[in-house]
Amino acid sequence: MTVVTATKRPARDAPRAGNRRTSDRGAWFLVLPALIPILVLSVGPLLYGILLAFTDAQSGRTRATQWIGGLNFQDLLHDTLFWESFRIGLVWAVGVTVPQFLLALGLALLLDQDLKLRWLARALAIIPWAMPEVVVGVMWRLVYNPDAGVLNETLRTFGLGDGRDWLSGLSTALPAVIVVGVWAGMPQTTVTLLAGLQNTPRELHEAAAMDGAGAWRRFRTVTWPALRPVALAITALNFIWNFNSFALVYVLTSGGPGGRTRLPMLFAYEEAFRYGQFGYAAAMGLVMVAVVSLLLALFLVGRLKAGDEA
Amino acid sequence: MRTSTTGRVGQYAALLGYLVFLAFPFLWLVSTAFKSPRELGSLHPTWIPRHPTLDNFRQAFDEQPLLRAAGNSLLAALAAAVIAVLIATPLAYVMARRRTRLAKAATGWVVVSQAFPLVLVIIPLFLVLKELRLINSLAGLVMVYVVWALPFALWMLVGYVRAVPTELEEAAAVDGAGRLRTLVSVTAPLLAPGIVATALFAFITAWNEFFFALVLLKTPEKQTLPVVLTHFIGAEGVADLGPLAAAAFLATLPSLIIFAIIQRRITGGMLAGAVKS
Repeated sequence: MTVVTATKRPARDAPRAGNRRTSDRGAWFLVLPALIPILVLSVGPLLYGILLAFTDAQSGRTRATQWIGGLNFQDLLHDTLFWESFRIGLVWAVGVTVPQFLLALGLALLLDQDLKLRWLARALAIIPWAMPEVVVGVMWRLVYNPDAGVLNETLRTFGLGDGRDWLSGLSTALPAVIVVGVWAGMPQTTVTLLAGLQNTPRELHEAAAMDGAGAWRRFRTVTWPALRPVALAITALNFIWNFNSFALVYVLTSGGPGGRTRLPMLFAYEEAFRYGQFGYAAAMGLVMVAVVSLLLALFLVGRLKAGDEA
Repeated sequence: MRTSTTGRVGQYAALLGYLVFLAFPFLWLVSTAFKSPRELGSLHPTWIPRHPTLDNFRQAFDEQPLLRAAGNSLLAALAAAVIAVLIATPLAYVMARRRTRLAKAATGWVVVSQAFPLVLVIIPLFLVLKELRLINSLAGLVMVYVVWALPFALWMLVGYVRAVPTELEEAAAVDGAGRLRTLVSVTAPLLAPGIVATALFAFITAWNEFFFALVLLKTPEKQTLPVVLTHFIGAEGVADLGPLAAAAFLATLPSLIIFAIIQRRITGGMLAGAVKS
């Protein structure tokens, strides 16, 4: 593991103002190879995408694309299917992010202890992280398979019902895909939290233990305050990633049954690349960013405030 | 610190629970891949195949152009990884060492780029690549992958650069080495392991990628492994389980192996990037 030692260099560049021009030219030379593709293939398309949201762009049409202002957004406002998919996206994002965090925190705390099977857990944690999402989806289809799947067979063995078709059941589909989402994202969260844990000073723990603090008290007063920035960052990122996820659910259910697992990204993908409604789909993307950013801002501000008061 | 015996038992029980949760879907995938059609059709599926067979693998290769798809994936991932690292390393160096407005803007872009849904980027990219006649071409896909892999590559590399003590560079400068000379003979060798880890990570990211490949590649001859994998699942969601499992298992092996090698370095790089920014 790379150990970073903080070598701060307070304003050491400032006195060398005479040198500035030449070194800045050097910096540009280093920066351009990455800057050009970023501008052309990332920032540019992003801005273009935002513009498209205000047009009636469609695929395979001969008439020129027209600026239609906020019409797409007006239509979106009345598109009940979209808002249903938006609701599903939020349920999915929260439903995945929260258990993901709690389970990962538990596992990270365990792996921070001196336990015998630690190496095995670390090794296993690689599997979900390294797997292509498509394969994760395929794999869980095999687990959930109504006839040949391990889940139903296990349930039968323990006499817990005759098993069902989890991914096609109207009420079971969303919970079933949420479990897969939790499984897929847990390792990365665990490793991140573990890294955060290993940054907390041991001495504090020992001092707290000497003072007779129990495990829960030590967690609350020593571990959590140190872990909080990492925990907040990974939770916020997980929420965004989960809300915008696509491949996993595409492979598991393609949004079915009856749209019960149709995440916003699946909806937008179909709108754009099945029905060719580029402008409308771009508007969906824009609404997704706007709402998620707003939610996150509220979450982070709330958390930070709570931290100040604590 | 001493933990009570009951505490220990609880810890091990929890750990065991995690191990089962993490391992069982993967074990099931492997088991399914080696089962005979008869056993797959059995009403009471078993964990360990009674008559392990390679038929599913043979059938998988017969049904879909897996080899060509793997070749496409390899080509796209390799090109994307090499190009991404070549252009990211200099920028990461600047981001780590100088506090120019440019470096700040690049850091901002790394963070912001994580928040946008891919659909907002893929529609314009699709239109542009279509104008350039780069739809259904691996070259177009590689271009997209490079930019898509950049944020994380930068994130990791910035961490690695910061781990190289500036004192070493300053010492070289005092000894009369020029800026470029210092970079090449002092900084680059120390960075090399981090650069390799970053390239491997970019490789896996591209190898595993699905959404862009699904949108940009139209014909089976051009498609990458993850896209071809979905062809095993029929239109009605009915799948030939054995070959599907076999193909899925094969598609995972390269990333699993690479990931096992670089996992420690990735977490190190992530942490380094996170701690210092």
